[in-house]
Amino acid sequence: MKYDIVIVGGGLSGLVAGIRLQKAGRKVAIISSGQGALHFSTGSFGLYGTDAEGNDVASPLEAIPQLPEQHPYIKIGVERVRQLVDEVIPFFAEAGLTMKGSAEANHQRLTPVGLFKPAWLSAEDCAVCPSVNKIDWGSTVVVGIKGYLDFYPEFLIEGLRKAGIECRRAEVSTPELEKLRNSAAEMRAPSIARVLRGQALDAFAEQLKLASYDAQTIILPSVIGLNDETAMKRLREITGKRIYCVPTQPMSVTGMRMMLCLRRAFERFGGTYLLGDNVTMGNFSDDGRLVSINTTNLGEAGLEADTYILATGSYFSRGLTAAPDRIYETVFNFDVNAPLDRMQWYATDFFAEQPYMSYGVRTDEDFHVFRSGRPLGNVLAAGAILGGCNSLKEGSGSGVAVLTALEVADRILKH
Amino acid sequence: MNKPNGTKAYDVVIIGGGATGAGTARDCAMRGLRVLLVERLDFSAGATGRNHGLLHSGARYAVTDSESATECIKENMTLRKIAAHCVEETGGLFVTLPEDSLEYQSKFVEACNKAGIKAEAIDPAQAKRMEPAVNPDIIGAVTVPDGAVDPFRLTTANVISAIQHGAEVLTYHKVVNLIMDNNRVCGVILQNHFTGEKTRIESNLVINAGGIWGHGIAAMAGVKINMFPAKGALLIFGHRVNNVVINRCRKPADADILVPGDTISLIGTTSTRVPYDQVDNMKVTREEVDILLREGMKICPALAYTRILRAYAGVRPLIASDDDPSGRSISRGIVCMDHAKRDGIEGFMTISGGKLMTYRLMAEWAANMACQKLGHTDPGCQTAEIPLPGSDGTMPEKEGSRKKSHIIELSTEQLAAEWRHGSLSSEIDFQGDDEAMVCECEAVSVGEIKFAIDKLHCNNLINLRRRTRLGMGTCQGGICAGRAAVILARQLHMPDKALGDLKAFVNERWKGMMPVGWGQTLVEAQFSSWLYEGADGLDRVKSTGVQPTLEQLEDVKDELKSEKEGEEK
Repeated sequence: MKYDIVIVGGGLSGLVAGIRLQKAGRKVAIISSGQGALHFSTGSFGLYGTDAEGNDVASPLEAIPQLPEQHPYIKIGVERVRQLVDEVIPFFAEAGLTMKGSAEANHQRLTPVGLFKPAWLSAEDCAVCPSVNKIDWGSTVVVGIKGYLDFYPEFLIEGLRKAGIECRRAEVSTPELEKLRNSAAEMRAPSIARVLRGQALDAFAEQLKLASYDAQTIILPSVIGLNDETAMKRLREITGKRIYCVPTQPMSVTGMRMMLCLRRAFERFGGTYLLGDNVTMGNFSDDGRLVSINTTNLGEAGLEADTYILATGSYFSRGLTAAPDRIYETVFNFDVNAPLDRMQWYATDFFAEQPYMSYGVRTDEDFHVFRSGRPLGNVLAAGAILGGCNSLKEGSGSGVAVLTALEVADRILKH
Repeated sequence: MNKPNGTKAYDVVIIGGGATGAGTARDCAMRGLRVLLVERLDFSAGATGRNHGLLHSGARYAVTDSESATECIKENMTLRKIAAHCVEETGGLFVTLPEDSLEYQSKFVEACNKAGIKAEAIDPAQAKRMEPAVNPDIIGAVTVPDGAVDPFRLTTANVISAIQHGAEVLTYHKVVNLIMDNNRVCGVILQNHFTGEKTRIESNLVINAGGIWGHGIAAMAGVKINMFPAKGALLIFGHRVNNVVINRCRKPADADILVPGDTISLIGTTSTRVPYDQVDNMKVTREEVDILLREGMKICPALAYTRILRAYAGVRPLIASDDDPSGRSISRGIVCMDHAKRDGIEGFMTISGGKLMTYRLMAEWAANMACQKLGHTDPGCQTAEIPLPGSDGTMPEKEGSRKKSHIIELSTEQLAAEWRHGSLSSEIDFQGDDEAMVCECEAVSVGEIKFAIDKLHCNNLINLRRRTRLGMGTCQGGICAGRAAVILARQLHMPDKALGDLKAFVNERWKGMMPVGWGQTLVEAQFSSWLYEGADGLDRVKSTGVQPTLEQLEDVKDELKSEKEGEEK
C-alpha cells in the first residue's frame, strides 16, 4: 500500500503529526504497536516547568531561549516555538479536547500526592490553579471511591491544607461500583470510568451531591469520561458544584480520552490507523532513503511512502532498547547518541538526573535520522525518541512531543 | 512502642536484629531472662536479608568443612519442624556440567553421607524431569535435601516469639557506646536514629550479635575481633525459573547456586573481600553482575532471557583465621566468645560466624553461655522443639470470614497471606475495605498491611516490604508503593512522614535495579520515574520519612566523632 507519509508510532507525537498532515491533504498511515505513553498522562502538558537549578519556570516562552543547543526546542527555533504554541489549544479543541493554560505563564497542577507542579496546558477537568497562593476553590471536599486504592485522600488533604484550603474527606460508592470490587484487580480507573455512564453516572452524581453537602468544590480521582467530556458536564449539572480531578495511578482515564479523541480526529480526516501492528524491517535504497517497510500483519506487502516519521517514543514505548552493552533504536537500528558503557547511564539517586533519559536518535538540523553514519533524506524523527533533553526533569515531555510533531509535519508540507 | 525505657534493668541486652540476635532474644526470653533486643535499622537489614534464602542441606560444605555440614543438616531438619511457614521443601540438585569433573561427584556423595546428608546420585535424565530448567547437557546429578527459607519471616517469627516471652525490642536504635566500669560492661548507650535522642540502658550482660558490624561493637569495649568481611552479590529473577534448588557440583565458586523462593529465583553468589569501612555501602559492580549471569546461565540456560529484577549484596560475618584472599576456605563454624575469659572484659560476649542455617544453634550456644555467666538457673533450651509463631498448630477457622475448609474458597490474597504468615494469618481481616489488594504482584491485601503495621513491629514502607513482600515483585513497587504509603499515613496519622517514606522506598528499589538497568528493568525504572517524579513530584519532598537516609547515618557518625574528639581534648 502506498502513502504519502507513514508514521511509525501512534502516541501523542505520531497522532499530532498525522492529523496535521492528513488535514493538509496528505495521505497518511500510522502504525502503532499498542498503547502509547499518553495512556499514562496526568492530563497536563508541560512545555518547560523546571530549570536546570530545579526552580519552577514562571514563563516557559521567556526561558526557552536559554536552553542548550541540542534541545529539540532550539532545533525547532525559538521564533517557531512562539508561533506553534499558539496553535495547540485550537488544535486539541478540534479533536474535542478542551485544554486550559498558556505558554506565557505556567499554572500549577495538584499532583496525586498533594504537591504542586508547574504545567503549560491542562485538560479542562484537571485540578489546577494560577499559583499555589491563589486557589479560589472555597470549602473543598476530597471524595474517594470505596475500595479504590489509587487515589490518595490523606496526601491531598495534607497538601491542600498547607496551601490554605479548608477541606475534608468523603467516600462514595454505588451498587455498580460495589460489583466491580468482587475482583481485587478490577478497581482501576478505566474500569470505574466504564461503569460510570448513563444511569450509573446519575446515581454516582446523587451520592456525590450528598457527600459534598455544603462544600463548594469537589476533588475526585480522574475516573470520569473515558470517551469524551460529556460525563463531566453531566456530573456538574446534577451536583451543581465545581468538580476537579486529580490524576490516578495508571491507566489514566484523561490520557485514554486524549488518545481516543486524537485518533478519532485523525481517522475523521481520512487517516489510516493500524493498531496492533509492528514494523519487522525497513527496505533501504542505496542512495540513503527508506523505500518501504514490512510489518507483522502486512508481511512483505508492507507499506510504502515518500516520507516516514519515526515517533516511537523512548524506552517505555519501545522506541529505544537498552541491552547490557548498548542502547539502540528498536525498530530500524538508526544511530543513537548514547555511550556504550552502562555505568554512565545512571545516577545512584533515583531522583537525580538520570543520563539515560536524555538519549535518543541522532538527527540533523532538519530532524532527519542517521543510519550507519549517513543521514536518511526521507525519515524524520519526532517526540521522545529525539532525546537531547531530560524532559522528565524539565517537565517538557508533552511540549517536545507536540511541538516537534507539528514542526516536522510542517517541514514535510513545505518540502 | 519502640521507645527505650532507661529506668528498667535487664539481664541481657542483645545487639543486632538479624536472625542470630532475634534467635538469641527468643532463646534467652524462653529461659526466663529479662531481655532487650536492639537493632540500629530494621530486623533482617544486614546479612540475614541479603543471602540466597537457601535452606542448606549442608552438602555444599560436605567436602571442605564437615563440621559445618553436620550442623547444617541437623538445623535443616529442625527448621522444617519449628519454622514450617518459613520453609519451602523444594529439594535440591547438585549437577555436573560437561566442563566439570565427574570425579568430584563421588567424593561429594561420600562426604555428604559421612556428614549425615542424604545424597543420591541419579541419572541426569531423571534430574531433567525433576527440574526442566536445568542445563540439558549435564553429565551428572545428585539429589540432596535442600530447600528454601524466607529469612525475613524467620527473623520476624523469632522476634514475635521473644516478645511473647517477655522480651522488649527496639529498632532504629543504635548502640553508640558501651557503659564501662573498669573492665566490666554494664550496659549500652542507645541513640534513636530519627531524634538523635540518647538513652542509657543498664544490664548485667551484653551480647554482641552484630554480624559483620560486631567488629565495631567489640571495639567499643576495647576488644579486637578479627573479622573477614566477604561480600557476596546475588541477582533476583522476575519469576520462578526453577522449582528445585540447583547447585553446581564442584568446589564452591562464583554463581553456582540457583534458589527458587516465593515468586522469584535467585542466583549467587560472588565472594570478594571488602574493607570494613565499606560494609554499609554495598554496591554490586558491573563485573559481579556479568559473572553471575555468565556462570548462572551455565546451570540454567533460561537465565539468559529471563528478566532480572534487581541485584544486591551482603557481607558474610566470618571470623578470619588465615590470609585466604577469597574467604572461601574460612570455616563457617560458630564462634561464641566469652570476653571475660578471652580478653578480661566482664559482662560481655560475642556470638558470630556461622550462617543463617545455624542461627538457632548459635542462639542456643549464646543462651547457654548467658545463663552460665549470669548464674541463672537454666531450664535448658527448647527452641528446637517449640515451633515459632506462625508454625504452631493448624489454621484456626475465623468467625465471619470466608470458609477456610476448602482451598478453592480462599481468595488469592488469603492464600498468599497464609503462605507468608502461617497460623498468624488468622489475625488478618479480609472483610470489607481490608479485602482490597495493595500489591498485585505478591497479592498483599489492605488487611495484611494493617496486620503488619499493628503486629509485626514495623512503621515504614521498607519494613513493610520485609514483613509482607510488598513491592518485591515484577513492578518493584511501581503500583503498590503509593497505595501502601497512604494506608501507612492513615494508620499512623503522619501523611508527611509517609510521603517521605514513599520517596525513600522508591529510591531503595532503584538501588537494586541500577546494576541490572537494561531491558525490561530499565523500562520499569523509567515508568517509575514518570510516575513518582513526573506525575507525583516526589523529588520535591524534603522529608525523608521514617527511614533514616545514609546521610543521616553519616551525621550520627560525625557527631560521635566530634564528641569523641571533644572528650579527648
